[in-house]
Amino acid sequence: MLNAHPDLTASVLIGLGWYYLLLFFMNLAWTVRSYREDGEFSNGVPRAAVWATYASILMMVSAYHFTYPPEGFLISMPSAFKDPFDRYFSNPVLYFVLSILGFWGMISLREWWTKPKVSWVLLNVSLIFMGLSLTDYDFRQIVGKPDNVPIVAMLFIVAFCTWIYFRRAVDNDRRIEEGRPLFEQENNEKVLVWPDLVYTELICMVVLTAVLIFWGIALKAPLEEPGSSVKTPNPSKAPWYFLGLQEMLVYFDPWLAGVVLPSIILGGLMAVPYIDFNKRGNGYYCFKDRAFAVSTFLFGFLPLWVALIVLGTFLRGPNWNFFGIYEYWDVHKVEAANNVNLSEFFWDGLGSGVPKGTTVDRILLRELPGILLIIGYFAVLPPIMGITVLRTYFARMGVLRFLVFSNLILWMAILPIKMLLRWAFSLKYIVGIPEWFFNI
Amino acid sequence: MSVGDYIRNSQIWKSVFRHPAPTDRRNRVVVMLTNFFLHLHPVSIKQQGIALSYTWCMGGITFFLFLVEAITGVLLMFYYRPTLEWAFYDIQALRDVQTLGIMREIHRWGAHAMVITVWLHMYRVFLTGSYKPPREFNWVIGVLLLVLTLLLSFTGYLLPWDQLAIWAITVGSNMAKATPFLGVEGPGFQVFNTSGYELITNASDAKFLLLGGRFVGEATLNRFYILHCVAIPLVVSLLIAIHFWRVRKDGGISQPL
Repeated sequence: MLNAHPDLTASVLIGLGWYYLLLFFMNLAWTVRSYREDGEFSNGVPRAAVWATYASILMMVSAYHFTYPPEGFLISMPSAFKDPFDRYFSNPVLYFVLSILGFWGMISLREWWTKPKVSWVLLNVSLIFMGLSLTDYDFRQIVGKPDNVPIVAMLFIVAFCTWIYFRRAVDNDRRIEEGRPLFEQENNEKVLVWPDLVYTELICMVVLTAVLIFWGIALKAPLEEPGSSVKTPNPSKAPWYFLGLQEMLVYFDPWLAGVVLPSIILGGLMAVPYIDFNKRGNGYYCFKDRAFAVSTFLFGFLPLWVALIVLGTFLRGPNWNFFGIYEYWDVHKVEAANNVNLSEFFWDGLGSGVPKGTTVDRILLRELPGILLIIGYFAVLPPIMGITVLRTYFARMGVLRFLVFSNLILWMAILPIKMLLRWAFSLKYIVGIPEWFFNI
Repeated sequence: MSVGDYIRNSQIWKSVFRHPAPTDRRNRVVVMLTNFFLHLHPVSIKQQGIALSYTWCMGGITFFLFLVEAITGVLLMFYYRPTLEWAFYDIQALRDVQTLGIMREIHRWGAHAMVITVWLHMYRVFLTGSYKPPREFNWVIGVLLLVLTLLLSFTGYLLPWDQLAIWAITVGSNMAKATPFLGVEGPGFQVFNTSGYELITNASDAKFLLLGGRFVGEATLNRFYILHCVAIPLVVSLLIAIHFWRVRKDGGISQPL
């Protein structure tokens, strides 16, 4: 649907001018670094020339933004990209699959993408993509909301922290392999806290205060109309840090998505030190020595927490429908949802029809396949895993610890499993007993 | 004698700072032991343990943001009355009338930032394996602090009493009525409602407890205000104290063994 708002305005161009100017200075600094360290091509031209060219283009782009009017402005995300992107790539299935693929790539290609040059290129690609996308009105509406700005910042900060982790971990993994001391063990003399730590803290506080004041002046805290219990906004969203949980409501009923799963997340986090029996990797960054623990945690934090918050904040619009990043949040967008319970699959498949009746035995009979499946998943699967794939874990953990551990893993897996079942078979509930509010 | 020396030699100055300025090794040690605010720290520390690339400084930043929230929060309390009549208009006046007023902005952005820095602190602690023995229990306290940080932010979200506030809390608190056994739309609550006694109703379930009513209203505002300004900060302060104390007792910032 078209909207009457222009994609480009004078103030947007000024803002983007500053954005590209910042990018120019970043890459100018990088050019200097490259000139010092990267050497020359075989014909004697310094490799930094490539970066110098790129930086000068950025400077010209910046100047172009500052000087030209919005009419006939040439640099913007083309519709030839935006429309197909929204139409074919914007759905929860692809989003989740891509985030899983990205997660897998992040771990298996960690030696490659943490190289400074590679990660610098990746950072530039994402910033240019962001800059071009900001020329779209609907994209700005979502990303530029004052409450959403910290989430955009969080994305870059989390990416940066993950980069630090993998860079240090790759380095330490190599050191351990070669029998050299860890990075953390080199240059590790004792120093006095005054001045070495106290000054760091002081500078940190000053910088943070400056950031907060600047942030507070630049962006006004939102204040909408006075609260009214009769005018329901569409979409109604929880605070942003709970939007991953709200996204789970698509796949689970509130008692699971809003109560049981959050409790298990917190209980599981508290249980971490008591089920991780691995003594290595205490007090330094490493990956290989604790690949399973780290991969599990990263999987929980990145695709299942951060990515779902981004999905819930930026991509879920009215009626909790999925919207592409350049798409107008149309209240009238209709998405067909025709989901079927497991009991219907089962009994209709048998040809006998779903058992009717509201007495306890009829309900239990109706839901028997799902109930057996759930019992099998949480009660039978752990012992089987304990004597097969996770045998070494079982041997080292003991019964109680292993049961807690395997159940937590299974709880964590239940969300991706339910997502896949929903997308593949339009499955609504595995166990569906609305009479008792007991739907899984 | 310069003015500076005169002040530093006065009885008043010496009663506050009981030793010379920390310019030499001895006094740099003494200052850590005699200053209340500094005695949180050890006297000396491993160089890599305080490297920014190792700690990311996220725990310290979180604590600093907590202090910022406390200070700006107290200032905001002077302007704000938690009643249906005034809550929204006090915030509106704060925005429209106060020249250069950015206390609310700092409070809100600081709160968002604090949620993020808590996560990043946990991220770092996990990735360096710092929850491993002997620091298991401090990790547990950390998780409790995470919950309380989210609750602080959640309760504060309601106070401006605009559309954004009351509907976010409505969406969030609707989960409570699906609590197993304790919510009117949760599985198993019928167990308490047998033989004619209705123990779990929409006037007695978990959501009612959270909101102080059947829906987000005046009682909720009062409840969230007290939780936000008094109850949770008190608990958080206590847990922060234990958290810091245990960092020291459990061997300081984690390092390779």
